[in-house]
Amino acid sequence: MEVGQLQKSFVDYTASLFREGFLDGQFSQLQQLQDESNPDFVVEVVSLFFEDSDKLLNDLTRALDQQNIDFKKVDAHVHQLKGSSSSIGAQRVKNACVAFRNFCEEQNVEACLRCLHQVKQEYLLVKSKLETLFTLEQQIITAGGAIPMME
Amino acid sequence: MGLLSGSSLSLKLCRWVSVNMPLNRNLSGLKCSFFLHFGLKKASEALPGATHGWKLKRQLIFLWIVSVIVAFAMLLSSFSGKSWVVKTPPFNEEKVEILLKHFNVSKEQINSLASLFETEQVSSLTCNIQYGHQMSLSPIKNCAVKMISSMSDIEKWHDFVTENNKLDNLMCPVHDDNISQNLDLSVLKDGCSFISWCTSSASSDHECSVQLEVFKDMLSRWPLVRGTRYHCEWLLVDIIKICWWVLIGMVLSWKLRTLPEELWGNQKQHLVQQKPLDQRPKLLQKLRQPLTACSSKSAGKWRKKLLVIFVLAGIFGSIWLFLYLNEDITLRRKEMLASMCDERARMLQDQFNVSMNHVHALAILVSTFYHELEPLALDQKTFEEYTEKTAFERPLTSGVAYALRVLHLMRERFEEQQGWTIKKMETEDQTLSQDLVPENLDPSPVQEEYAPVIFTQKTVSHIVSIDMMSGKEDRENILRARASGKGVLTSPFKLLKSNHLGVVLTFAVYNTHLPPDATQMQRINATVGYLGASYDVPSLVEKLLHQLASKQTIIVNVYDSTNKSAPINMYGKDGMDTGLLHISNLDFGDPARKHEMHCRFKEKPPIPWTATTASVGVLVITLLLGHIFHAAINRIAKVEHDYQEMMVLKHRAEAADVAKSQFLATVSHEIRTPMNGVLGMLQMLMDTNLDENQWDYAKTAHESGKDLIALINEVLDQAKIESGRLELEAVRFNLRADLDKVLSLLAGKSLEKEIELAVYVSDEVPEVVIGDPGRFGQIITNLVGNSIKFTKDKDKGHIFVSVHLADEVNSFLDARDEVLRQSLILAQDGTNAPFNTLSGFPVVDRWKSWESFTKLSAKAEDAEKIKLLVTVEDTGEGIPFDAQGRIFMPFMQADSSTSRTHGGTGIGLSISKHLVDLMGGEIGFVSEPGTGSTFSFTVTFRKAENICMGMHWQQCDQAVSEFRGLKALVIDQKNIRAEVTRYHLKRLGMSVDIKSTVDSACSYISSCASTSASERLAMVLIDKDSWANEAYIAVSCVLKDLRSRGSMSNLGTISTSDILLLATSTNPAELAELKSIGVVNHVLTKPIRLSDLITCIQEVTGSGRDRQVARGKQPMLGNLLRDKQILVVDDHVVNRRVAEAALKKYGAIVTCVDNGKAALEQLDPPHQFHACFMDLQMPLMDGYEATRRIRDLEYKYNRQTNSCELSTQILSMVAQWHTPILAMTADVIQATNEECMKWGMDGYASKPFEEGQLYSAVARFFECADGKWV
Repeated sequence: MEVGQLQKSFVDYTASLFREGFLDGQFSQLQQLQDESNPDFVVEVVSLFFEDSDKLLNDLTRALDQQNIDFKKVDAHVHQLKGSSSSIGAQRVKNACVAFRNFCEEQNVEACLRCLHQVKQEYLLVKSKLETLFTLEQQIITAGGAIPMME
Repeated sequence: MGLLSGSSLSLKLCRWVSVNMPLNRNLSGLKCSFFLHFGLKKASEALPGATHGWKLKRQLIFLWIVSVIVAFAMLLSSFSGKSWVVKTPPFNEEKVEILLKHFNVSKEQINSLASLFETEQVSSLTCNIQYGHQMSLSPIKNCAVKMISSMSDIEKWHDFVTENNKLDNLMCPVHDDNISQNLDLSVLKDGCSFISWCTSSASSDHECSVQLEVFKDMLSRWPLVRGTRYHCEWLLVDIIKICWWVLIGMVLSWKLRTLPEELWGNQKQHLVQQKPLDQRPKLLQKLRQPLTACSSKSAGKWRKKLLVIFVLAGIFGSIWLFLYLNEDITLRRKEMLASMCDERARMLQDQFNVSMNHVHALAILVSTFYHELEPLALDQKTFEEYTEKTAFERPLTSGVAYALRVLHLMRERFEEQQGWTIKKMETEDQTLSQDLVPENLDPSPVQEEYAPVIFTQKTVSHIVSIDMMSGKEDRENILRARASGKGVLTSPFKLLKSNHLGVVLTFAVYNTHLPPDATQMQRINATVGYLGASYDVPSLVEKLLHQLASKQTIIVNVYDSTNKSAPINMYGKDGMDTGLLHISNLDFGDPARKHEMHCRFKEKPPIPWTATTASVGVLVITLLLGHIFHAAINRIAKVEHDYQEMMVLKHRAEAADVAKSQFLATVSHEIRTPMNGVLGMLQMLMDTNLDENQWDYAKTAHESGKDLIALINEVLDQAKIESGRLELEAVRFNLRADLDKVLSLLAGKSLEKEIELAVYVSDEVPEVVIGDPGRFGQIITNLVGNSIKFTKDKDKGHIFVSVHLADEVNSFLDARDEVLRQSLILAQDGTNAPFNTLSGFPVVDRWKSWESFTKLSAKAEDAEKIKLLVTVEDTGEGIPFDAQGRIFMPFMQADSSTSRTHGGTGIGLSISKHLVDLMGGEIGFVSEPGTGSTFSFTVTFRKAENICMGMHWQQCDQAVSEFRGLKALVIDQKNIRAEVTRYHLKRLGMSVDIKSTVDSACSYISSCASTSASERLAMVLIDKDSWANEAYIAVSCVLKDLRSRGSMSNLGTISTSDILLLATSTNPAELAELKSIGVVNHVLTKPIRLSDLITCIQEVTGSGRDRQVARGKQPMLGNLLRDKQILVVDDHVVNRRVAEAALKKYGAIVTCVDNGKAALEQLDPPHQFHACFMDLQMPLMDGYEATRRIRDLEYKYNRQTNSCELSTQILSMVAQWHTPILAMTADVIQATNEECMKWGMDGYASKPFEEGQLYSAVARFFECADGKWV
């Protein structure tokens, strides 16, 4: 594909991500932090996020499977997830986490499970989106183009 | 005599009245005090004392009650006292009368005796004739003398005739009686001696009567004396009683006063306890409320009990009073009866004795003249005559008779001699023999001896020749009489003929002189005859009672009680029993017989009205009071109940208030979150490529959003203030720069309205202070914002913000500050036509606005602190007087229409006031509708020791160095405005001269130019108001002249002065026109701000090198953080990575650790880190704990260094280790922030780092801490 087209689609895609609320300003800040000295910063951080989140989600699923649910532990996990998602600007995951935490406080098992499901869904969604984005990025770079900066 | 007694009576009456006078006065005095009480009560009721009014009233009521009771008691006692006094005089009057009567009697007696002696002319009479003669000469005098003598020494009279002695005794009882009545003897004696003196000197009857009157007067005076004494005693008793009452009243009132106080106190304690708990859950309060209700209920019960006790006490009291008074009355009645009875008995006795003595005397007479003389000197005729003549002496006897003792042997001879036979008394029908004729009687049977009557008084002549021995009673009597030698009495029996009940007195007549200790037989043998006298007892008593007053009131019965079981009634009817009975013994001189006098009141005792009314009065008063108290208690209970209800409502309201605040806080926070999104997005939108219009829209939206946020912040502030959670910062800030900033925000609005906005800071105010600039600015923004809001469009007024030290205002006499001085002058001048204010409009007296400040004058106790006085003066519409009181109340605007007209929430002033309070200051205002308002407030800041320039200042600094030493001229009519301009120029280091008129300015300019080159005039600032038509021409002419001269004189170095125009209105066309003419170099729009001024001047002077200072914050943050060692503590790898990257971007050297423990190791001093960013929620050790430990370590280290005096090198480098620790947190809510501060953190940064926020958080530590971070 042509570089220009790739770039355009990249921009469009990113814009759509922002528009649909998957990402927020924090992500663009991350992108701004990426520079020559730190070329793969965003990817690095996002992949860190993916690793961390996979682990956390597993933990959460396990914790909620238990007979006596330790809501404190669940809350701590969700908090972490919330922190990391807000750090990379995964807004919808973050929002789901906020709701999750509320139910955690109420110790509402059913709602928690529902939230966990939602969080997972949102996470997978944003993961796929970001992966798509990174693929696009990769393609641009391999095509020899520069990644357009988001205004 | 009647006249005499009449006059004495009138005299007595006078006395009585005079005695009663003080009593009346006493009464009136009492009334007076009564009214006084009332007056007092009213007066104190009128006193405004709403808070403790109830307590006062209660006390007053008690006082009133006590006074009523006391008055009542006094009234009662005075009544009884009076009645006593009233009753005493008649007794004494009676006595006097009796005395007089006796006196008369004795006089008559002596008279008759004398006449007897004279007519008979018996020479053998042992009586002293001479004396008798004397008596006849001046009998009255003698009697008086006799009387006196009887009182002084009776012995002297003992030698005298025994009969007289007896007569004297008549006086004695009266005398004794007086003594027994506690008569003041000295008074009497005085009187006696006086009379004796009088009698010895005077001889006429008239004089004597006068003397007697005197004596009587003295006598009559006695009861008065005694009365007064009694009265005095009563008064004493009264006073004691009053004292008691007052004491009781006091105790009662004290008790009742303290009791409710205790109760109230308890309640108060409960309330006090409640107060701190206000913040606590309402459950506690609810638990507590029944408790207070309980206590109040028990108080109510207490009161009711007290009331019942009081009413019962009142009832018992009234009963007791009744009984007491009644007892008193009966006692007095009894006493009266007793005294009357005794008196009567004594009188009767005395009378009886007197006549007995006379009978005795008669017996002696008979023995003397009949038996001892030969021939007989006495016959029936003589006897009859004598007895007839002396009958007055024995007023009580119906007749006397002499019976001769005739033995049977001598009967016949005797009968022969007399010519009649001895007849016997008809015993069978003795009682019925009405018309007894001696001839009809049978001759006496043969007896051993007889006692035929030979001489009789005419009244009883029918008994001549009757043998007295034949009558059973008489016989006994005769036998006893001759055996005892004394007069004996028969038991009462119906007298012959008169059919009255009577007694017969019998004396034996002896023929020889018997020794006093003669035996019975001797007496019997010596008996020659018997003298008998019959007493008509009823008439005797009747007569006696007639003599005495008040005989109507009592019934007198006389009994012969020799036979105890069956006393014989001698006098009086057996009336009905009227309760009281007094028995007095009578001694008629016959020991064998006993007589008694029974007295009783004629009428039943009257209903004791005094006692009844008194007790009923007390009862009524008690019941009334009870009713009043009952009503009061009910009222109290109701009020208390209401109070409880109110308390409940109050708590509910407070809870609602707290809930409201919480709700506000929550909602504000909730609104803020999405608003941040809106604003952020707008910001981002504005960063994109937008055309002009779009950008404008976005900007407007952004601005509105900001306003909304500001509003929300205000609400949040209010909520925070209300819940007491607002805390102030303490940072260094440049006051002047800050003010500039604040005013530049408001300048837009003021320009819209064409209001002149000016700021002035006194030279005394230091450059940099430590405080909360944000809040300080907020107050000023609020005040100025209000001023702008309430100044009408096109009013062209002004708003003038001035800052002074509080001390400056204190000593306004030597106000060094020009602006202050001017305003003072203005205030003193009052309403001068051309107002010397900023805009020329009248303003209110600003001095008044801080008049009420209490802390203003107080000397700053801490030298570290400075107190600033900020005044915001405007020429707006002012605050209506009726609204001035509630101006600082939240959500309260001067007028509800205000919010419609001007909008706004109305909490700005309330917040300002709270903020001022928090800053240790006061806020006040003075306002006049139509003129404007002036708000003043004081704030306390700390002095900043070392001046440390902020970032903002650097730019200015440069300018200052650039312009230092320049000279400027300000042309302005208005001094204050000129001063303000000068203030701004001075800040740039320029020296300024002020001229008020263009003419003087022109001359000044020319003189300036001519005199010295060094003092070149860099610029001329002319206010637009002074810019009259010809003014600019004149000035420009002068300047042009100067310019041309400058070029001519070849002084190229001296640049020509520039003209700057100061204008409020920004009419671009006008300004452009002015500029184009070339007269003015630049137009400066007010309000003057330093930055504007600098750029303007730079532009004008050409020194402005068109510096496009990159104003982005990024390089600033970069500067701030560059090469700083920063530790990031976060367990979360993503966050850590992001934070690291972000900080690195600003040039910091970042070290990352993933938990609190690692951070602890890193930050153990000494270390190289400049700051630490710490996540709060971490496993192993969370951020709070880590911070606390780090602070502990630092504290220990600091102490160690201080104590051990480590190397001076280190000491010089770091005085104190305090690593700034900033929390990294995702949720930036107040609670977390405060928590952070509590644990020793220095600030916080919201987690996804936002540039501005990060900058402001970090700047505080790196900006001013140069010394530390070198």
